[in-house]
Amino acid sequence: MTPTTRTRWAILGLTGPAYLWLACTIFLPIAAMLALSFLDKSPLVPKPASFTLDNYGAFFGKPFYWSLTRWSIELGFWVTLFSFLIGYPAAYALAKRVKGRWREAIFLLIVLPFWSNALVRIFSWTMVLRSNGIIDLGMQSIFPGAPTVDLLFTYPAVVIGLVHSYLPYMILTCYIALQAIDDSLIEAGRSLGASKFTTFRRVVLPLSLPGIISGSALIFVPVIGSFMEPRILGGTKGATLGMNIEEQFTVTANWPLGAALSFILLAIVLVIFGILFPFLRKQGGAA
Amino acid sequence: MSEVAVKGAVKHYGTVAALDGVDLTFADGEFFGLLGPSGSGKTTLLRAIAGFIELDRGEIRIDGTDISRIPVHQRNIGMVFQNYALFPHMNVAENIAFGLDVRSVAAAEIKQRVSESLDLVRLSGLDQRRPKQLSGGQQQRVALARALVTRPQVLLLDEPLSALDKHLRQEMQVELRRIQRQIGITTIFVTHDQEEALTLSDRVAIFNKGQVVQAGSPRAVYERPVDRFAAGFLGEANFLDGRVSVIAGGVARVVLSTGGEILTPAADLALNEAVLIALRPEKISIDPAPAGAAAMPNRILGTVVAAIFSGSSLTYRIAVGDRIFIVFEQNKSRAPLPEQSAVILEWPTADNVVVKP
Repeated sequence: MTPTTRTRWAILGLTGPAYLWLACTIFLPIAAMLALSFLDKSPLVPKPASFTLDNYGAFFGKPFYWSLTRWSIELGFWVTLFSFLIGYPAAYALAKRVKGRWREAIFLLIVLPFWSNALVRIFSWTMVLRSNGIIDLGMQSIFPGAPTVDLLFTYPAVVIGLVHSYLPYMILTCYIALQAIDDSLIEAGRSLGASKFTTFRRVVLPLSLPGIISGSALIFVPVIGSFMEPRILGGTKGATLGMNIEEQFTVTANWPLGAALSFILLAIVLVIFGILFPFLRKQGGAA
Repeated sequence: MSEVAVKGAVKHYGTVAALDGVDLTFADGEFFGLLGPSGSGKTTLLRAIAGFIELDRGEIRIDGTDISRIPVHQRNIGMVFQNYALFPHMNVAENIAFGLDVRSVAAAEIKQRVSESLDLVRLSGLDQRRPKQLSGGQQQRVALARALVTRPQVLLLDEPLSALDKHLRQEMQVELRRIQRQIGITTIFVTHDQEEALTLSDRVAIFNKGQVVQAGSPRAVYERPVDRFAAGFLGEANFLDGRVSVIAGGVARVVLSTGGEILTPAADLALNEAVLIALRPEKISIDPAPAGAAAMPNRILGTVVAAIFSGSSLTYRIAVGDRIFIVFEQNKSRAPLPEQSAVILEWPTADNVVVKP
């Protein structure tokens, strides 16, 4: 065997299993879902199904789905924004200020949400947010007679729960980006006459942009499809596209509509990525 | 163009003194090298002048103004970093323009001055390149242009050439000197490369353990080191220790502890005083010893232990009793002296330098 063919076989041998696994677990089900989204009946119905575009038509025809989509995207926007506002300063402090063993300890605290079960996490928020919950009791003890704080089943409750779940993504991606910025670049900016803030705005922020964007993508995409947090923390106020899709499968048993809505969600995500991609590549190439 | 004066600079890190009472004045337009082993305080001093480090005690003045409490960005310094620290998200022109941009200089003037800077460092035409599309030497030039375009009072260089390979380093040394002369800016640079320090500097200061051991022109520091550290750090030296036996006519005769005698300028030596003498290896002439040769003052007999060939020169290791002498010889027509052969080492009285231990 020549070295080139050997390399080729090695690459095939090493990547083959991964591709096979991905093909079986992702592309096949997605292909099945895509086919399903064009059927007029659920496979559960014992009648032969036929091809239709009605499921997609339903989405574009009913303003209800439009507002649902807008809600979902808005939710994604707010959760991403708050994750950034909270996560970026934390990542900055970790990457540029905290040194040594403290950094590991604080890291552990940040990653903790990943280790707890999502349901446990969300239900524990209900105890914090409901009337007579921890926030409410705290407020009452500091300001006796203050109006009751009952955030449960409100829009803010959904945002709070989702920010909690997804914040670590933002911190981790921003941390990696910030940590890769050599301190001498910041010093160079300062030595050239830029104040701390100007150096941050002109040097640190642009160089950490890839981290911010990938963190935002990692948060935005799952949030607009989320259904657990909106259901448990938002109740009727938290209706999202993700919740509706879940209902199509589990409650109304309209699988084709659920599948069609899923693909619309996927399309929205792809469009957003399509917009961000050139930007990501430009920044990534420069860094 | 400015004079920089450092007075009584002290900086402690925990119990370690990075700067332990440093007084130095950098004259207007001078190219000044700070030399010393790592951890000797030279970089700490440079960073204190830049403003990245606040001194515990002491002051730093530029043209008489104390800048100790002025933040980095208001100090009007130019700095070139060891790894160049070019902004990777900006092209060459944007990098150079940065300092003018944050000073709100008008766009037309920025353009003009950026192009002048590029001319100065001979990089015209590369203004649209990204830093990573440039070679190490080109990046170095951009860093220099960026530091100079704001017309700073002082230029600070932190091991500016250490990342370049030898050939490029020599080329950049010449270039750096040319540019510095051309604009006449007071320049302070840190290096651990003694040859670089000698080549570039008008004056050098040798640092050890947070203190200035010796400061002066490269030639003065090299030819007349004050102590063992300075003599050993800047170049190589043979150290001879002994006791003064006779002083006559401005010359002292020293009996060496290993036997043999040498003569040295008496200066302020006293009779019976224990002295340490530094002798540069290139000052010693080496010749095959004829049969029956006798030792005299400044002339001793030895045996070649090793002859190390390094192209333009030879380094001999010569055993004299249980001491090893290092001798440099230019690679002239003669074949290297063979190992184990007997040799005579000889040198003039003036080359024996009495140093502090």
